[in-house]
Amino acid sequence: MLRIRAFEDAAEHLSQGGVSAFGAATGQAARVRGPLHLSTGQEAVAAGVCHHLQRGDLLTSTHRGHGHTLAKGADTTRMMCELFGRATGSNGGKGGSMHIADFSVGMLGANGVVAAGLPIAVGAAHALKLRGAPKVVACFFGDGAINRGPFLEALNWAAAYALPVLFVCEDNRWSATTATAATTAGEGAAARAAALGVPAESVDGNDVEAVCDAAGRLLQQVRNGQGPRLLHALTYRVKGHVSVDPAQYRDAEAHAAAVQDDPIERAAARWRALGGSGRTLQVLAEQARTEIDAARQVAEAAPWPEAQAAFEDVMDTGAGRWF
Amino acid sequence: MSTLTYAQAAATALADAMQADERVVVLGEDVGRGGIFGQYAGLQQRFGANRVIDTPISEATIMGAGVGMALAGCRPVVEMRVVDFALCAMDEIVNQAAKNRFMFGGQGRVPLVARMPIGMWSASAAQHSQSFEAWFAHLPGVVVVCPSTPQDNHDLLRAALDCGDPVVYMEHKELWPMSAEVRPGLQARLGEARRWREGHDLTIVSWSRQMHWAADAAETLAHQGVSAELIDLRTLWPWDRDAVCASAARTGRLLVVHEAVQAAGFGAEVAATVAEATGCRIRRLGAPRIPVGYAPTLEEAARVRPAAIVAAALELLK
Repeated sequence: MLRIRAFEDAAEHLSQGGVSAFGAATGQAARVRGPLHLSTGQEAVAAGVCHHLQRGDLLTSTHRGHGHTLAKGADTTRMMCELFGRATGSNGGKGGSMHIADFSVGMLGANGVVAAGLPIAVGAAHALKLRGAPKVVACFFGDGAINRGPFLEALNWAAAYALPVLFVCEDNRWSATTATAATTAGEGAAARAAALGVPAESVDGNDVEAVCDAAGRLLQQVRNGQGPRLLHALTYRVKGHVSVDPAQYRDAEAHAAAVQDDPIERAAARWRALGGSGRTLQVLAEQARTEIDAARQVAEAAPWPEAQAAFEDVMDTGAGRWF
Repeated sequence: MSTLTYAQAAATALADAMQADERVVVLGEDVGRGGIFGQYAGLQQRFGANRVIDTPISEATIMGAGVGMALAGCRPVVEMRVVDFALCAMDEIVNQAAKNRFMFGGQGRVPLVARMPIGMWSASAAQHSQSFEAWFAHLPGVVVVCPSTPQDNHDLLRAALDCGDPVVYMEHKELWPMSAEVRPGLQARLGEARRWREGHDLTIVSWSRQMHWAADAAETLAHQGVSAELIDLRTLWPWDRDAVCASAARTGRLLVVHEAVQAAGFGAEVAATVAEATGCRIRRLGAPRIPVGYAPTLEEAARVRPAAIVAAALELLK
């Protein structure tokens, strides 16, 4: 959680002036360019779920995917290089923040399209089942995604074929700049899952122990071959839709109250209540910031991809002749 | 050598591929019963329901699951029934299948063949009759195949399965029953056109079912003393620019004909490319920009019949 927070804080700082949106203009200084979707304040969901994943398990993510990628074990330096668009990035500079991926740790990609990861996740789970591989897929999506058709299709599919997938609805309450509650009928992700025969649990997504416990239970059922499960984790999007969005469309009082419920502060309080030392927490936070700053320094010095790379990894058939 | 229909030829190629490589799986609606056109006949009985998977009517997830399966080590054949239904899976084709390899920096591959039959299918009206090959030719990251004969459907489906790229594989709904000799072995290759007929007065380029009407037109033209060279593109991306430009340069005239709507059709790309390369005289011919109607009189208005091809050829020769 501390590593995710440090990564997001650094990325946020480096992205100012990186995109013209929400009234902000672009500037030359930004190192992280384009839309940057931060998961600040949502760290407990990524950390609590991924605690139970092994390297060979697979994961699909959303456009707000840094936390999932870090929690799955991706290399911080390659991630930061990717946000900088450098040749040494995990995607060679071709994807950036919104398409961050590290297949080497089973992280099959963030996705710029809401709900697009769900069908991919069930397909990957279907292949694992066909091949008899003892692995599972964790499929992260947001509260906005449950209003897209692929949510229904993918849950139905996973249940129909009893696939090894844990759906994780990381509910940060906002669909871009619109409150999800205002545009969503019924009781939300867990109720919709139950209607499709997918057992679901709802947890306080800012309580990392609760997320971890629930994810552990559900993933054990998934690993036992009992079919898909859904975890609905209610959290809060502390930042705007993108890093330059001041999110002034939110009620100031409610927002101030919501940000008080910080998952890292809560975990720290719990740690101290259990007799853990505050000093240890300070050291861990400092280590995280140092690690991320080292990644930043590597990224600053890393080369851009050669222009020729724009023509590579498009397709093999006709490659080199047909553009 | 055996006589096979266009549908049987594809089923034979697919069975051979499934026999050779257990990673090849099929997913789509009604494939277990052989598919609505019989193009999967016998495959589920032979390879089982785990490899020939009957799916819900969930086009987005059929295609998206195909992407996920490919990333996790399978080589899926994704059945869309007709291209008109593939529109429900456009994000999964365009933003996911076609982008995955590039966007993630070459970390993964999506060796997926998406079958989405094109064309008119008599009396099927506006939502079951469209030809969208140009849409996918415009899309970086995918191969586009439009076979016109049982032999090509056999050879090119196998080539599509072997190529490792996402392939938009567009059979023609009115060609399924077409029967012809199919030679074993794989003659056709992706990106290679085939010359159906030699000629010296003009070059006619087409593909898919329209190719057969172009051949009928060439026969009529021959009776009128006009020698037309016929080229079947077979693959729209990559397309055989060398063969087409060489023929057009030699005959000095190019007519490109397709069943799809003429406006912004792939014929425009062929015409422009040949114009830039050779400066020869060019005409293109496609359907008017109208939806396909149900009544025979309305449907006929959207068809590009051999007589229209003959008239366009004679106009070009004036």
